[in-house]
Amino acid sequence: MMAAIELQKVVKRYGPIETVHGIDLSIADGEFVVLVGPSGCGKSTTLRMIAGLEEISAGTLRIGGAVMNEREPKHRNIAMVFQNYAIYPHLTVAQNIGFGLYTSKLSKAEKQARIAETARMLSLEPYLERRPAALSGGQRQRVAIGRAMVRDPVAFLFDEPLSNLDAQLRGQMRLEIKQLHQRLGRTVVFVTHDQVEAMSLADRIVVMRDGHILQVGTPMELYNRPGDVFTARFIGTPEMNMIEATVGPGGLDFGPNAGAVQAPQGSGMPAMASPGQAVSLGVRPQELQLCSDSDQAGPMSVRGVVRVAEPQGSETFVVLDLPSGQIVARAPSIHAYSPGQPLRFTMAPTSIRLFDKQTGHLLQ
Amino acid sequence: MDPRATPPARFASVRPGRIAAWTVLFLGGVVMVTPLLFMFSTSLKSAGQVYDLRLVPLHPTWENYVKVLGDGRFARWFFNSVLVATVVTLSCVFFDSLIAYTLAKFRFPGRQAVFLAILSTLMIPTEMLVIPWYLMASKFGWLDTYWGIMFPGMMTAFGVFLMKQFFETVPDDFLEAARIDGLNEFAIWWKVALPLVTPALSALAIFTFLGNWTAFFWPLIVTTDQTLYTLPVGLSSFAVEQSIQWELIMTGAALATVPTLLIFLFFQRYIVRGVMLAGVKG
Repeated sequence: MMAAIELQKVVKRYGPIETVHGIDLSIADGEFVVLVGPSGCGKSTTLRMIAGLEEISAGTLRIGGAVMNEREPKHRNIAMVFQNYAIYPHLTVAQNIGFGLYTSKLSKAEKQARIAETARMLSLEPYLERRPAALSGGQRQRVAIGRAMVRDPVAFLFDEPLSNLDAQLRGQMRLEIKQLHQRLGRTVVFVTHDQVEAMSLADRIVVMRDGHILQVGTPMELYNRPGDVFTARFIGTPEMNMIEATVGPGGLDFGPNAGAVQAPQGSGMPAMASPGQAVSLGVRPQELQLCSDSDQAGPMSVRGVVRVAEPQGSETFVVLDLPSGQIVARAPSIHAYSPGQPLRFTMAPTSIRLFDKQTGHLLQ
Repeated sequence: MDPRATPPARFASVRPGRIAAWTVLFLGGVVMVTPLLFMFSTSLKSAGQVYDLRLVPLHPTWENYVKVLGDGRFARWFFNSVLVATVVTLSCVFFDSLIAYTLAKFRFPGRQAVFLAILSTLMIPTEMLVIPWYLMASKFGWLDTYWGIMFPGMMTAFGVFLMKQFFETVPDDFLEAARIDGLNEFAIWWKVALPLVTPALSALAIFTFLGNWTAFFWPLIVTTDQTLYTLPVGLSSFAVEQSIQWELIMTGAALATVPTLLIFLFFQRYIVRGVMLAGVKG
């Protein structure tokens, strides 16, 4: 049972309003793909079009090679887990899981066996005769997953399934979902607005905004080479620093605040931009190295004044005031940082990304 | 009780507002219950004692019950009422909720117009409808038939309105999950949506049953054949024929409340608030 999912120029319109603008996406069989983006970006709509809950206004959807545009949800052989779990309060756990087998032609005994097997995999055996009201949030979530699993579908669709759980449980369920995927090897399309979830679960992440796909890539690709400012800021915590600059003749010109951000002189800064172009320089807090003023600063360095220090235990995030704005830098926790203290950080040229100020695209 | 309220102390002062509320409720209760008690009390009195207004009869007797139950007509009227009220209730519960579900959960052109048209029938008083109903029943030959008694109530705008409000609170996720699991639309309504609105459904069933059980005006008009009388119509004919034998009327009325009480006791356990909330959020 192959379940590669392919979207070609898929469009969603509600009357005259277009919310998904002709997206292309190929999801390989067995792949775990996460659609991520802010609310209203079209990720849930896209998932619902794959599920068959929303009509596809234009374009083609293929699952396992067959065109699915006109097929009813039940004929797509997919299963979906909803944000609200959508498990029925009037049925027991066993009945809820069994609901997934509603159309199956299995004998009663086989169905029972399937339900028992699913419950075993999800550690729900002790609760089979309970009703959802008597379950914890995590258990309800597992019932919803069980109901999806029991049918042995070719693909699982998850619509923000963890957003109703508290932080600790969310982390735990995330782990369970990932393990489940490794065990079952089925295609998964997972929608979330939480980039941490996206990073930790996905084989590939699809970043969406305003009904467009901005970038598709592995978590590390997106983390290291974000294609535009939006993705750069969206992926990774704390978010990537953006420092405004203009491309000068020998490197970057940071304007009248050159003292704060030193432009490299003949430092081999990538000549990816044309002189005079306004750019944003992106650097992650983790990529900044604390150095003393007397140190040989690298080709690029910033100097600022501590505004706030946020110790995290193993590291401390320092919010620095620069004349041109604010940035966050990671500093070792062995030192204490007090407000008003001047600090200097350097960055390696390889960890610097330049984005066109106008379009937001990565310059390469 | 609200846990933040004053801890229960032996001599904790009771707020004056509470006392006022209890007094009002108590008086209301007395007003509601007294006629029922008198009805029951009168049914246990012999003809001569009816105007003796003692609440506890001097010489209670079951004689009236024997008389009323022994009268074949009473049994027939009782049966008629049970039949009419049951069929109408089942029909209302089924059709009203089916229509309401469609109006609440499907988007189709004219949806609002249909709903408004149904609602607007609520504005027309029964008295105005009786003549067209009668003409209709007469033309179709429905006078003096069970169907003639039942047809105006088989679907009600009130029921559609009530159920629509409740179906709108059922999260779409529940229905979509069922759709993905392969249920057809009717099965989704029957197996998923309907169980989630059981409290409203019980309320509708109780209202409809009671309304039809006590209905007097239309059954009186549409029937002339005594064997088709419903209980209220029959009891009123008791009064006319037999020079108002209050003890017998009260006995009939007391018997007539039995199904109502049973219905209420039976449905009461379904009137549990927030059955569906449990499945929605943690």
